[in-house]
Amino acid sequence: MKLSYFPGCTLKNHAKNFEDSAICALKALDVDVQELERWNCCGTVFSLTTDDLIHHIAPVRNLIRTKEQDSDKLMTMCAMCYNTLKRSNQRMRSNPDDLDIINDLMYREDVKYAGDVEVLHLLEILKNDIKFTSIAHKITKPLKGLQVASYYGCYLVRPAEIGFDDAENPVILDELAAVLGATAVDFPFKVECCGAYLTVDKPEVIADRTYQIVTSAAKQGAEIMAVSCPLCAFNLDHRQKETSAKYPDFKGMPVVYFTQLMAIALGCPEKSLRFELHHIDPKPILKNKGLI
Amino acid sequence: MRTNLSRHKLLDPFVAKVQELSGQNLLICYQCGKCSAGCPAVHEMDILPNQIIRFAQLGLKDELLASKAIWVCASCMTCNVRCPKGINIAEIIEALRQILLRQREDHVKVEKLDGSERGDVPPIALISNFRKFTS
Repeated sequence: MKLSYFPGCTLKNHAKNFEDSAICALKALDVDVQELERWNCCGTVFSLTTDDLIHHIAPVRNLIRTKEQDSDKLMTMCAMCYNTLKRSNQRMRSNPDDLDIINDLMYREDVKYAGDVEVLHLLEILKNDIKFTSIAHKITKPLKGLQVASYYGCYLVRPAEIGFDDAENPVILDELAAVLGATAVDFPFKVECCGAYLTVDKPEVIADRTYQIVTSAAKQGAEIMAVSCPLCAFNLDHRQKETSAKYPDFKGMPVVYFTQLMAIALGCPEKSLRFELHHIDPKPILKNKGLI
Repeated sequence: MRTNLSRHKLLDPFVAKVQELSGQNLLICYQCGKCSAGCPAVHEMDILPNQIIRFAQLGLKDELLASKAIWVCASCMTCNVRCPKGINIAEIIEALRQILLRQREDHVKVEKLDGSERGDVPPIALISNFRKFTS
């Protein structure tokens, strides 16, 4: 299986652990990932105002790149890229007039976009195309005894028409954790916003949210948190520093990408996990469970 | 808070502008308050999401554009998902931010962020923050 892949800005630096672990895990599942040539930043957020067409150029240009690669499916792993690319695509598909304007603005492109690329999140592909059952057959190191709280956040599941799971009670990450042999821990803050980009100008808000979200997961018995968004990962992991400073009773928890858990279970080498990029080191709990 | 209502405010082009930019019909809101009940940022807000809609219906432009609330909303879409009338409240709040930003009044002053704020956060945070909070 070959997949056209859009990394997005952060998977090449702060979230290299997300990319490296995913590519290694997908290789173990016989999936060949082909990174888009000349991809550009998607803009990270979908424009919510009706008249703001200019910000749809960046996502649509990536869809043109997909066509140039003779593909009609584009996979991304970042929840924010997924949301932005998919929603822009939906707007182009349902508003032919908007699509004409966008194509006119990009008159120097060789390919005119016709709304014919499908934007998919890696989790959808794992569940619907690769299938969880075939992942289960390839596991060499089940995550036995590891209590994993899956945090979904916002952009993976909302608004309802974009998500591939229930907007209020998504379970796909929990299902995957169970397939990998871990114990999935449900907790009430799994779709509560981490504060997202407020982390730049209001880091104290993120400390409050991280305290609530991580403490809630810990109360349910979680030992580690799994995420699918590099911004959630930064807020819930790196902002634990500010959280501990504000809340002396706060007990930290390592935060990993779901792809890192997959990579461990599928026998990838430790260097693909890139633990040096974490603030709270996940190694002690993983060593304790005999997983690394 | 003391608020004066007037026919003048109700007919202010501001009301039509909010509806146009957000693509939402403000008048279908029946003030159930579900958006405010589920909003994770509500304790940071001076005007709550359901009040934002009421204020917008009444043309209370000055109060809305001076509010702190529109800058602590991170467009997490929880209100949109839960609104029984199908109103996209996040889009209404975005319209209010845009009315200010389009006058080139940046909320986040990039040049005033210190080195650690700019250097330590990932690009995804900086780009999304500047997309939402600068013109």
